[in-house]
Amino acid sequence: MKKYNKIISAVMASAMVASLFAGCGNAADSGNSSADNSGKADTAAENTESGEAGNAEASGDSAGAGGGTVFKIGGVGPTTGGAAVYGIAVQNASQLAVDEINAAGGINGVQIEFKFEDDECDAEKSVNAYNTLKDWGMQMLVGAVTSGCSVAVAEKTAEDNMFQLTPSGSSVDCVKYDNAFRVCFSDPNQGMASAKYIGENAIASTVAIIYDSSDIYSSGIYEKFAAEAANQPFEIVSAEAFTADSKTDFSVQLQKAKDAGAELVFLPIYYTEASLILSQASTLGYAPIFFGCDGLDGILNVENFDTSLAEGVMLLTPFAADAEDELTQNFVTAYKEKFGDTPNQFAADAYDAVYAIKAAGEKAGITPDMDMSAMCEAMKAAMPQITLDGLTGVGMTWDVSGEPNKEPKAVKITGGVYTAM
Amino acid sequence: MGKMNSKLKFSKTTKSNMITYLIVAVAFVAVKILLAGGHMSSLMEGLLVPLCIYVMLAVSLNLTVGILGELSLGHAGFMCVGAFAGAFFSKCMKGAMPDGLRFLIAMVIGAAVAGAFGILIGIPVLRLKGDYLAIVTLAFGEIIKNLVNVLYIGRDGEGFHFSMKDSISLHLGEDGEVLINGAQGITGTPHDASFTVGIILILISLFVILNLINSRDGRAIMSIRDNRIAAESVGINITKYKLMAFSISAAIAGVAGVLYAHNLSTLTALPKNFGYNMSIMILVYVVLGGIGNIRGSIISAVILTLLPELLRGLSDYRMLIYAVILIVMMLFNWSPKAIDWKERVREKYFSGWKGRKGAAGQVSEGVLSKGKGGK
Repeated sequence: MKKYNKIISAVMASAMVASLFAGCGNAADSGNSSADNSGKADTAAENTESGEAGNAEASGDSAGAGGGTVFKIGGVGPTTGGAAVYGIAVQNASQLAVDEINAAGGINGVQIEFKFEDDECDAEKSVNAYNTLKDWGMQMLVGAVTSGCSVAVAEKTAEDNMFQLTPSGSSVDCVKYDNAFRVCFSDPNQGMASAKYIGENAIASTVAIIYDSSDIYSSGIYEKFAAEAANQPFEIVSAEAFTADSKTDFSVQLQKAKDAGAELVFLPIYYTEASLILSQASTLGYAPIFFGCDGLDGILNVENFDTSLAEGVMLLTPFAADAEDELTQNFVTAYKEKFGDTPNQFAADAYDAVYAIKAAGEKAGITPDMDMSAMCEAMKAAMPQITLDGLTGVGMTWDVSGEPNKEPKAVKITGGVYTAM
Repeated sequence: MGKMNSKLKFSKTTKSNMITYLIVAVAFVAVKILLAGGHMSSLMEGLLVPLCIYVMLAVSLNLTVGILGELSLGHAGFMCVGAFAGAFFSKCMKGAMPDGLRFLIAMVIGAAVAGAFGILIGIPVLRLKGDYLAIVTLAFGEIIKNLVNVLYIGRDGEGFHFSMKDSISLHLGEDGEVLINGAQGITGTPHDASFTVGIILILISLFVILNLINSRDGRAIMSIRDNRIAAESVGINITKYKLMAFSISAAIAGVAGVLYAHNLSTLTALPKNFGYNMSIMILVYVVLGGIGNIRGSIISAVILTLLPELLRGLSDYRMLIYAVILIVMMLFNWSPKAIDWKERVREKYFSGWKGRKGAAGQVSEGVLSKGKGGK
């Protein structure tokens, strides 16, 4: 018998491994109801009828074709980790838009169900999140939130032919397949628009740049800005980089900009670093014009930041929470009421994304019983035909390539608020 | 009984190794059956290749930590080197040769480059006594990550262009293409990785490592771990054997990196995937599975990769639950009290098995205590 024990233990161990896999497969297949419930708690959705609809629907097929009575829209983005603030903004704003649309009768009279999965800002995890949503029966995707994850997920959606609309994936490759569209400007677009704006309005003749070379967003804008600057009547006198590992002290970069005599410092970075740059520049006694992109939006809400330092900062952003128009006002009020936070540009992009899906869905006349691929084809054809008046632009249209057409708005901070220029 | 004895005349280690191979093979067949029947969810299907990658990483790190008895905190760095080397090659050669051959060469290149870096680091560091390898590999992982983030390589009609500043200073021609774009890494790596390839690579890694352990060289390596002075006194070339184990371990991690790069279309060196957190994660697989226990590494890597995904239902709480489960599992596996308790339970309820299992039990205990001694 002694000899058998090894063999038996081998068989048992393999059986355990096999059952582990089998168990996972079955759990994911049949465990739809529990996933739905937790998803509901996750997204704080109050509409119970959609949850029940999800329960009733047995979407065991791995193709993820719906065949139900609701549209299932999924979202992918970071809700934990360093980039969580962006993912949570997208999650909240999408949920807000979905709730509003549902209250107003849904898309073509059909309710929407929305579920958001965490990707921790990791490309590998974002594919897992996408697959989880596919098991849930997702028909259209709002996401991913960050560029790297969007590129990874786009590969999968292109394979499955699922309609993808990323609210904020700004790198060029995010929309390289024809099933993918985006709401925000692409990085090169922002860089080019900034350079043109500075040149055409003759804001400065010498420009310094401080950018984050370890960040895709920042280096993407910088490169295009520098390329476009050659065609503009100003000169780049210094371009200094920092990385994610050294983003607390900017005195060297600022000193170089100062020594080079730059009248304007271009900051294609996020607002946390920008707030440090502004306060360190004031310590140095250096007061150029600061010019940024949409990443700077949110700088007035940084804790312990003296907002008077941001006086005169210009930024090119499609969205400002203080804008006067009714749509923005309503959105900001509703968002604050529900989530207790001022929405940022990511939230606005996500809100517009959901409404763009609604507009395109109505144009295409999609129904929930269409299969994923047919729905994607219909949406693809409808996207270039719609015009959307959203938070991030009036009269937005889309190209077949997936890029949005909208005017960047330049705003200036005066008296602690954004004012349009 | 008698018949069986004459049939199975393998040594204990051979049988143990066979069991390890068998587990992998059975898992492969089981997954294939599930896939063919369409019973597998998309999530599980998507996780198959990452599972293979993490199993390879865990097994290879176990060679350094468990068998060689050195602590390495930069395993993700070797994975990063392999991933970028392999992806760079694939990106250059895309379309120029058959996909299968290109992928194979990419893997060889990944292994060679990662192995070379292993030797480079090993030559000065492995001569020293003490935990210097941990410090140096930790630094290496971070350096590699940052280096890759400032690396720009492009290609046009005139050949390759290289820069450490930005992609503009590559001065590419009209037909130019940026291959490695700094922080944006490599995008558009062909998707060649599949579960079958992953399993084959796991089997190869296991074959290499298990055979090394049971060879003359392997015994020399383990003797260094157990008693360096004694090993030196019988004329074992310490540095040579340490280097051997360490560079093999690095090379396998490099292959895992190549697989990783060919599984996702975007490859960026973020703290998340190639930072030291990842290195620690791999170390956790090894420690949880049992230091020096190759089969344990496989099982723990599979469980710990699946766990966070299966806990998705708990939304943001899953990271908390995951950490708690990790602590509980560690305690259950390694705390002396827990080991005593497991022993008592076994005696109480399975005392009938005790006599028969005696031999098997001793083997595993032996491996464990050896592992501890090595640390």
